[in-house]
Amino acid sequence: MADWLISFFSITDPKLVKNITEQVPYLLESIPFAVWETIYSTAVATFFAYLIGLPLGVILVTGEKDGIRPLPPAFMQALNVVINLLRSFPFLILMIVVMPLSLVIVGTTIGTPGILVPLVAAAFPFVARLVEGSIREMDRGLIEAAQAMGCSTFQIVWKVMLPESLPSLASGFTNAFVNILGYGAMAGSIGGGGLGAMALMRGWGRQQFIVMYTAVVVLILLVQIFQTIGTHTALRMDKRTAVGQKRGKKK
Amino acid sequence: MIELKNVTKVFPTAEGQLHALTDVSLTIGDGAVYGIVGMSGAGKSTLVRCINLLERPTSGQVVIDGADLCAMGAGELIAQRRSISMIFQQFNLLMQRTCLKNICFPMEIARVKKAEAEKRARELLEVVGLPDKADAYPAQLSGGQKQRIAIARALASEPKILLCDEATSALDPKTTRDILRLVKDINRRLGITVVVITHEMAVVEEICTHVAILDHGRVMETGTVEQVFSSPQTEAGRRLVYPDGVVIDQLPAANVVRIAFNGGSSYEPLIASLAIDCGVKVNILGADTRNVNGQAFGTMLLGLPADPAEAAKAAAYIKNQPDVTMEEVRDYYG
Repeated sequence: MADWLISFFSITDPKLVKNITEQVPYLLESIPFAVWETIYSTAVATFFAYLIGLPLGVILVTGEKDGIRPLPPAFMQALNVVINLLRSFPFLILMIVVMPLSLVIVGTTIGTPGILVPLVAAAFPFVARLVEGSIREMDRGLIEAAQAMGCSTFQIVWKVMLPESLPSLASGFTNAFVNILGYGAMAGSIGGGGLGAMALMRGWGRQQFIVMYTAVVVLILLVQIFQTIGTHTALRMDKRTAVGQKRGKKK
Repeated sequence: MIELKNVTKVFPTAEGQLHALTDVSLTIGDGAVYGIVGMSGAGKSTLVRCINLLERPTSGQVVIDGADLCAMGAGELIAQRRSISMIFQQFNLLMQRTCLKNICFPMEIARVKKAEAEKRARELLEVVGLPDKADAYPAQLSGGQKQRIAIARALASEPKILLCDEATSALDPKTTRDILRLVKDINRRLGITVVVITHEMAVVEEICTHVAILDHGRVMETGTVEQVFSSPQTEAGRRLVYPDGVVIDQLPAANVVRIAFNGGSSYEPLIASLAIDCGVKVNILGADTRNVNGQAFGTMLLGLPADPAEAAKAAAYIKNQPDVTMEEVRDYYG
């Protein structure tokens, strides 16, 4: 495998093949772990981003003036300002700003654990807005019907809002996952792990372009795979479509 | 019994206050099928939403079986709402649940055991005539079928009251009749009080026992359907009962009478018997009659013969008919 790759790259750009005997074995050895690190950190960060962002997104809809459980306008305003503020922060700056927090929570600012806190901090406001958008798409008549049937606020959220907007939430989830994957790659620049760090530190830093391009191509492949899975899942979940109905019937 | 006492609802809008309902008082007896009719924007939807407090009245009381809903706490109100079901123009079914699960929904939120709920849901599917649609999703159904599922869902909580908000307005005439028959059947069999909101008099004719006419947020008149249809007392009532007016072309200058059918058991062949019994021929100038619960309602404009003796004879004959009133028309000229 290594020999084949070396001969493949030799016939292209000479700049690429500098250190080729060093790059290819490194790649073959490190790629699997880098992929694992990337997927792991993305998955954990997405989980925590939803843990915080999902309830916030729900509150953004239910808590407004005409919502099912209006909250004090001052609180809603503050919530909106904080979310907008966090979203407008450039990610590179945000990563540095939350470093002290990272030290407190996970005990380090480097490596895969070190980028989790910045990733969550950057992603949960985005997730809150995604969730808010999905729930707002829902037909208001359903909420009215649920209220007429004597649903409590919690029942409306849990049994009507979330299940009815599930397909939209699922495509939002894919969106968030892919975004966090991208942020995670960026976090390589401040000492994170994974494919992003590989491309930046080793590839660009040491001018090992085969490493850099390979890491980027693998990232692109990961995004393609997750996006495809996400889109299909969302479609198959939706009982308003023929695909979703078919899946439901089999069960 | 549903009692609305001086209910007023004001919406604040950018252009100032909008009075959706002004001093509405209605009493709806148990087991009635009560129609609330009005043009669009008359405040019907707001009124029906005041009955289950989806809209909280700005002032006034909503009293159901002696209990004032406006004075209730959140928990009590939720319990009360479970005995008041509602169906909607847009059906409002949960699109991600099967029909069976939709019907189970009200029982699920009331914490009825799952097996029990499903058993009852299947019975209700039978009641509404769709036993084979248990595992179908709402998106796979026609409008009429969706409304049937919505009705089954509405019945699942064993309500005392069923509110129908323009429930047939999105359906074609045939489906509308089928749905109305189903509602009427449910009213008869289960004794559920039904409140029907509609802008179509045809719906009232089809199923209602009582009717209230709403115009610009005020109740203009109330009464049994027979009363209101035979002699609407207000302009708003006449506009609804005779939407196109009585068409009159080239009326003769005199000898025109308007007769009103006030609900005789059926149409007597009045004009024909007039010709046979009195030998008087009259001219039908216009008519707007309708059949409500097998009774004849409406008006007819007749041109009587020019000969005063014959005209008097005809008038006397008509006056002697039961359930028919007659008045002279003097104010129509061409």
